[in-house]
Amino acid sequence: MYSRRSRFLTIMLILGLAFFYIPMIMLVIYSFNDSKLVPVWGGWSVRWYQVLFESEEVWSAVALSLKIAFINATCATILGTMAGLAMVRFGRFRGRTLFGGLLVAPLVMPEVITGLSLLVMFIALNQLFGWPGERGFTTITIAHITFSLAYVAVTIQARLTGMGETLEEAAADLGAKPFKVLTAITLPRLTPALVSGWLLAFTLSLDDLVIASFVTGPGANTLPILIFSRIRTGLRPDINALATIIILAVAICISIAAILMFRQQRADMLDQQMAAREDT
Amino acid sequence: MGAKLTETNAVSDTPWLNQDGQQPLVKIKGLTKKYGGWAAVDNIDLDIYEGELFCLLGGSGCGKSTLLRMLAGFETLNSGTITIDGVDMADVPAYERPTNMMFQSYALFPHMSVEKNIAFGLQQDRMPKSEIGDRVHEILKLVELENFKKRKPKQLSGGQRQRVALARALVKEPKLLLLDEPLAALDKKLRKQTQFELANIQDQVGVTFIVVTHDQEEAMTLATRMAVMDAGRFKQVGTPTEIYEFPNSRFVADFIGSANIFEGRVTENGADHVRVKTEIGEVFIDHGQSVNVDSKIWVALRPEKIHIVKSQDPASGPNQVSGEVDDIGYLGETSIYKVKLPSGHIVDVTAPNQTRPMNRTHRITWEDKVNISWEPSSAMLLTS
Ligand SMILES: Nc1ncnc2c1ncn2[C@@H]1O[C@H](COP(=O)(O)OP(=O)(O)OP(=O)(O)O)[C@@H](O)[C@H]1O
Ligand SMILES: [Mg+2]
Repeated sequence: MYSRRSRFLTIMLILGLAFFYIPMIMLVIYSFNDSKLVPVWGGWSVRWYQVLFESEEVWSAVALSLKIAFINATCATILGTMAGLAMVRFGRFRGRTLFGGLLVAPLVMPEVITGLSLLVMFIALNQLFGWPGERGFTTITIAHITFSLAYVAVTIQARLTGMGETLEEAAADLGAKPFKVLTAITLPRLTPALVSGWLLAFTLSLDDLVIASFVTGPGANTLPILIFSRIRTGLRPDINALATIIILAVAICISIAAILMFRQQRADMLDQQMAAREDT
Repeated sequence: MGAKLTETNAVSDTPWLNQDGQQPLVKIKGLTKKYGGWAAVDNIDLDIYEGELFCLLGGSGCGKSTLLRMLAGFETLNSGTITIDGVDMADVPAYERPTNMMFQSYALFPHMSVEKNIAFGLQQDRMPKSEIGDRVHEILKLVELENFKKRKPKQLSGGQRQRVALARALVKEPKLLLLDEPLAALDKKLRKQTQFELANIQDQVGVTFIVVTHDQEEAMTLATRMAVMDAGRFKQVGTPTEIYEFPNSRFVADFIGSANIFEGRVTENGADHVRVKTEIGEVFIDHGQSVNVDSKIWVALRPEKIHIVKSQDPASGPNQVSGEVDDIGYLGETSIYKVKLPSGHIVDVTAPNQTRPMNRTHRITWEDKVNISWEPSSAMLLTS
C-alpha cells in the first residue's frame, strides 16, 4: 500500500518536473539549431551564439541589465538589511506590525500594479521637480530596488529571528556600543544571508520584464525587454541562444544562494544537536 | 558607647551577616517587571554586599533570569530602582554598566577563537594590546585553558565552553558578576568539581557574584546568602543555614531540602518551650517562639533529623510515634524509610547506612514495626 502510494507520488513528481523543465530543455536544444526557422531542425550549430556576440544591441542590453542588477542588488541588500534589523532588533516600536505588513506587500502585489504605480510616480516627480527626466537606467534601478528590497528584508528577518539576540546582548554586556555590536557580531553572522539576499536581488532584477517595461524609456532596453520585443515579430533562433545564456546565469546565482543557505542551516542544526547531546 | 559605634561601623569580612552601617554594593528597591500586565518580577527589595556570592533559587519561570537581565541592563524596568556602587542604573545602558554576565547558553561568539572571545571585552575598553594579551593569558591560566586558546567554541566540550564563558565575564573584573545557571549544562560530577572551582575563583578575584540556579545543592554549596523565589517574589533571604534550618514558610521548608509537614494547634506557649498538638501526635519544642495559643500552625520535620529504631513497644510521650515501614528507598550512603503511622500519615525518615547489610537483609526492612523520634529542638514551627 505504502510503496504503491509512494510510486504514485514519484510519478507525479516526475511529471511535475517534466512540465517545468521540458520547455526549457527544448529552448536550450533549439538554441543550437542550425536552421533559420525555429520549428525546423537543421542540425547542430553554434551560429546563433555567434550572431548574438556580434550584435551591438544585445551587448548594450546585457550591459544595462547587469549594471541595473548590480546596483539594485547592492542597494536592496543595504536597505533590506536595515529594514530587517529594524523589524527584529528594535523591540516593539509603534506601528511595527503595520511596517512589517507594508514591507512584505510588494511580494504579493501584482507586478503590473507595482509597475504602473511607479510609472505614475516618476511622471509626477518629473513634473514637480524635473527629475528623473528621461526614463531609463535610473528609473528601472529605483523600481527594482523597491521590490527586491522586500525579498532581502524577509531573508534577513528570518535569519535574525533564527539567530536570537543572546550574542548581541553578550557583546553589549562586554562593553560594545551598539554600532560595534552591529559590525563585530551581527553582520559577520549575517554574512551568508547577506550574500544570498544579494544574489536573490540580482536575479530578480535580471529576470524582470513587467516592471521594467513600465518604467523604461526610449532606447533603454534591458535583456528581457529586448527578448520580448524581438519575439513579438516571431520566434528567432538567436533569441533562443540568448535565453539559454540567461538560464545558465540565473541557475548559477540561485545555486550559490541555495548552497549558502543550506550550509548555514546545516551548521545551525549541528550546533543544536551538539548542544542537545551535551545537555543529557 | 563610642567604642560600640565604631565596632558596628567597621568594615567586616562578612558585611551581609551584620548589615548595620554597611554600604551594600547593589541596592534593589521595589523592582517590578511586567509582561503584559503580569509581573515576572514583583516588587523586589534586595541588598547585596561586596564579596558576596549570592544565589537566586527558585522553580522554572519564577523570574530569576528576568531579575538578572534587569541588573545587566537588557530589560527595562516597570518600576523600582537599581543602584550599583552608589550609581543609579536607570539611565545607564548595558554596555556602560559595571556588570558582566555569564549566559545560561554561554553565548560565546562562534566566529571568534577562545582568545578573541575573551579579549573582546577588554578591546571595548581600548586597553593597550600588550596588556590585553597579558590579561587574557592570565585568565586562561586560571581556568586552565591555555592550550585551547586558538580553538573556536564549536571545537570545545561543554565544560570547556563553560570555562571560556566564565573567563570572558571575569576578565573585565566587573564589580558585579551575574551568572545565569552557570553549571546547568554540565554532568553531575563535573558540576560538583566546577562548583568548588567557582567558589575558589571567586575567592581569588574577590568579585561579587550573583548566581542563578535551580539546583538547591549548588546554592547551598556556593552561597554566602541566598534568596528563594516564587512567582516573582522573594519568599526568604538568608544564609544557607538560616534557610535550611529556619525556613519562614511551608514553601521554603519544602523547596529547600525535603520536609515532613503536619498541621497542628498550639496548646502551650512558654518562654522557653512550645507544645503543639498535631495530626500525628504531640510535638514539644524546647525554645520559645512568638505564636499564640490555640492558633493554627504547621510543624516541619527534616527526614534526617528523625531517629528510627525497630521496636515492638508502642511509643509514648511527645516527639515519639510508632508506625510501620511502608517502603524503603536505598540510596547507598543513606536510606529513605517511608513510615506509615496509625493515623494514615506517611513520614519520611532518612538514616545513614552505617553497617553493611549481610545476607542482603537490612537492619530495618519492609513491614517492620518501628518507633520514630526527634530532638525537642528539631521540629520547625511555621506560621504560613
Ligand atoms: N520576553 C518575554 N515576554 C513575555 N514573557 C516573558 C518574557 N521573558 C520571560 N517571560 C516570562 O516571565 C517569567 C519569568 O521568566 P524567567 O526567564 O525570569 O524565569 P526563570 O526563573 O529564569 O526560569 P528558568 O529556571 O526556567 O530559567 C516566565 O513565566 C516567562 O514565561
Ligand atoms: Mg532562566
